[in-house]
Amino acid sequence: MYPIISKERLNPTVSRMVIAAPLVARKAQVGQFIILRAGERSKRMPFTVSDVDRELGTVAIIYQVVGAGTMELDQLEAGQSLHDFVGPLGTPSDLEGLNKVCIVGGGVGCAIAYPAAKALHRMGAQVHSIIGFRNHELVILEDQFRAVSNRLRVMTDDGSHGEKGLVTHALLEWLEAGENYDQVIAIGPLPMMKFVAATTKPFGVNTIVSMNSIMVDGTGMCGGCRVTVSGQTRFACVDGPDFDGHQINFDEAIARSRMYQPFEQHAREDACLLYQKEMS
Amino acid sequence: MAQPRRVPLPTRDPQQRAGDFQEVATGYDAAMAREEAARCLQCKHRPCVGGCPVGIDIPGFIGKIAQGDDEGAWNILSRDTALPAVCGRVCPQENQCEKYCVRGIKGEPVGIGNLERYAADYFQSGACPVPQQIPWNGRRAAVVGAGPSGLTCAGELARLGWRVTIFEALHEPGGVLTYGIPEFRLPKAIVRREVENLTALGVDVRCNIVIGKTLTVDELFSDGYEAVYIASGAGLPRFMGIPGEGLNGVLSANEYLTRINLMKAYEPGAATPIFKGQHVAVVGGGNVAMDAARSARRMGAQSVTVVYRRGLEEMPARREEVHHAQEEGILFRTLSAPVAILGENGWVKGLQCIQMTLGEPDASGRRRPVEQPGSEFELAIDTLIIAIGTAPNPMLTRTTPGLDTNARGCIRADARGQTTRPYVWAGGDAVTGAATVILAMGAGKEAARAIDRAAQEGAPT
Ligand SMILES: Cc1cc2nc3c(=O)[nH]c(=O)nc-3n(C[C@H](O)[C@H](O)[C@H](O)COP(=O)(O)OP(=O)(O)OC[C@H]3O[C@@H](n4cnc5c(N)ncnc54)[C@H](O)[C@@H]3O)c2cc1C
Ligand SMILES: Cc1cc2nc3c(=O)[nH]c(=O)nc-3n(C[C@H](O)[C@H](O)[C@H](O)COP(=O)(O)OP(=O)(O)OC[C@H]3O[C@@H](n4cnc5c(N)ncnc54)[C@H](O)[C@@H]3O)c2cc1C
Ligand code: SF4
Ligand code: SF4
Ligand code: FES
Repeated sequence: MYPIISKERLNPTVSRMVIAAPLVARKAQVGQFIILRAGERSKRMPFTVSDVDRELGTVAIIYQVVGAGTMELDQLEAGQSLHDFVGPLGTPSDLEGLNKVCIVGGGVGCAIAYPAAKALHRMGAQVHSIIGFRNHELVILEDQFRAVSNRLRVMTDDGSHGEKGLVTHALLEWLEAGENYDQVIAIGPLPMMKFVAATTKPFGVNTIVSMNSIMVDGTGMCGGCRVTVSGQTRFACVDGPDFDGHQINFDEAIARSRMYQPFEQHAREDACLLYQKEMS
Repeated sequence: MAQPRRVPLPTRDPQQRAGDFQEVATGYDAAMAREEAARCLQCKHRPCVGGCPVGIDIPGFIGKIAQGDDEGAWNILSRDTALPAVCGRVCPQENQCEKYCVRGIKGEPVGIGNLERYAADYFQSGACPVPQQIPWNGRRAAVVGAGPSGLTCAGELARLGWRVTIFEALHEPGGVLTYGIPEFRLPKAIVRREVENLTALGVDVRCNIVIGKTLTVDELFSDGYEAVYIASGAGLPRFMGIPGEGLNGVLSANEYLTRINLMKAYEPGAATPIFKGQHVAVVGGGNVAMDAARSARRMGAQSVTVVYRRGLEEMPARREEVHHAQEEGILFRTLSAPVAILGENGWVKGLQCIQMTLGEPDASGRRRPVEQPGSEFELAIDTLIIAIGTAPNPMLTRTTPGLDTNARGCIRADARGQTTRPYVWAGGDAVTGAATVILAMGAGKEAARAIDRAAQEGAPT
């Protein structure tokens, strides 16, 4: 059992949870993830390691409630425990030798991108960040990004906070203004990453994306997380999750992320009913 | 003169069993077991024993059953195997012990597997005492992977007085026995019972730890383990590399079976999603393909077709599984190879295949399938499950200096399991590539003895 040390709401659907998992805390590096199961009969869900405290032996994750599984996770509070927690999985991000980087985060993807921004800042690299959200209510980690970025732009779809527009607009402006990045790191919904990769392509800027494929084991056994990179089948859980954004077959990945949609819809409705019953 | 035919193993009605996940075979009762055991000729030269990878005293335990001494049978079995309830059910007996049975020359061989299962189930029913922890010899060993190979090695070392910790990546022990082989062929209660026996012997089973990630082999040594046995299994599923493999509805047998077995997706209200296809094709001809096909049937598919490029005779699956699959209405398109997966709106809608003929024998001694030009045909399907084997997982070899792999990427080890790195042994599918439960167990046992010997000699082997 893995005790929950604290839980804090960042916006109406996103929370940060700190879990005691000393072995994972000792090892986890930027870009790696864990797989957890909330209870004895729960599904396995992957989440990026957001932060670790190696001394206290704790691991922080930031999760968004999107379906039945995350809804169940969200029912747990500090003092309770997770049934399973395994990691760190995946290959760490390769940040060696980067001097100037643009980080582009979308929605909860900002949580996944933040550790890279922080690490690069600590390494002395110039960090330009663009974080995007649907509206002001959903903004997370703005202060944290500001603290580690040389330049920061906050975008919302409706202009209710920061600037109105898409992250790709901001990125294009910077690229056109002649900013030359060693790398662009884009993390967010698949369509967003696809468009970021399309934006940087004409400028020939190396672009890394983080593929949040549907996973089961996370150890390279099931093949469920496969993505097509440069025409080759690769496994996001062992070869990734970071890949060259210009080589990914995004359309296939987008279609594959919908594979279990009918099931998820059903599970979500059941979970909502259960939730409402417990509340009333 | 005894019967030329063996006592058939009672199985549930195909119609009924294809609708649930309960065990297909119900097993011999005492009277059937005695009758079948009486067919054994107690051959002095014991040819059957030579066909068993762990050398079980077959006439010995069968003789006890014939005498009505089930506990005696169990005691003989447990001298050579840690998982008789498992092997009696899943060994490819027709290629091993039973292949050499004298009774098979004129009639059917003795049902060695059926009898092994009978004797083991007698123990499982709680009639025999659980094993006792034996005094610690002061040595500690780590085992990577809680599949049959790791479990066997741990049990063997524990009986030699070692303190053993098994590290398992998944949230449940058992390896393929837990995530791969379905409940209807191997009830999970049996696997759990075997693990409980190990715990009773003092073995510590720690789940949710990935060696190479959570801890490295080097760290195991600095944590005080003297020896490490790696039994991490066969690895990554292979795909065919034909057009359309990225379509929705195309999945590896490992993914399909893991969702169903480990994650219990067959139970109503299970949290893990499963795709319930109506028209399913399974590519491959081994046990994995049979398990996937029969699981798809039980998940409610209207039609399930196994597509295999050689003939029924060449199928590597156990005879019994092929037979059971046929009884359950699974269709077989043999001498057929997939060439492309057809899709519509991102989903599979068909499988294009080509007819094969068998040509000259290849390196494996089996006749090589050759395409027949112009013989393409199409199957209308909404799910395609690929069961064409595995390729080694590099996670451990990448993070363990000195651990060499062979040309196929499997861990290099000698007959006793010694790897190229001192104090590190390996065995099972991680060394051989996908093989069998009994071979994986045999390797675990062999390595345990080698580890103990090396420790006593005090030098790396
Ligand atoms: C490497 C990796 C890192 C991730 N890091 C984070 C993170 O830091 N924070 C966060 O909020 N989310 C993260 N995710 C996504 C998170 O795992 C899913 O949102 C969660 O599993 C959804 O479960 P659910 O039952 O609530 O939703 P569902 O109803 O099952 O699914 C909703 C949608 O989420 C996606 N999804 C479902 N299951 C999975 C799965 N097993 N793996 C990936 N995506 C899935 C699907 O596209 C689906 O349409 C990460 C995913 C991966 C693969
Ligand atoms: C669907 C299916 C059906 C089969 N049917 C039969 C049959 O009928 N008869 C038969 O004889 N054989 C059958 N086999 C083959 C047989 O199951 C295997 O040969 C056998 O399980 C191999 O045992 P193992 O202990 O080497 O590996 P596995 O059973 O694969 O166990 C390896 C374990 O190691 C764990 N692991 C992997 N990497 C790590 C790591 N880095 N750290 C920690 N843990 C790790 C895995 O999670 C797994 O639990 C079948 C296989 C499959 C997939
Ligand atoms: S372990 Fe397998 S090969 Fe050996 S006797 Fe039993 S069934 Fe036969
Ligand atoms: S070969 Fe057959 S008949 Fe002879 S001892 Fe073995 S099982 Fe019995
Ligand atoms: S999640 Fe199973 S192989 Fe990657």
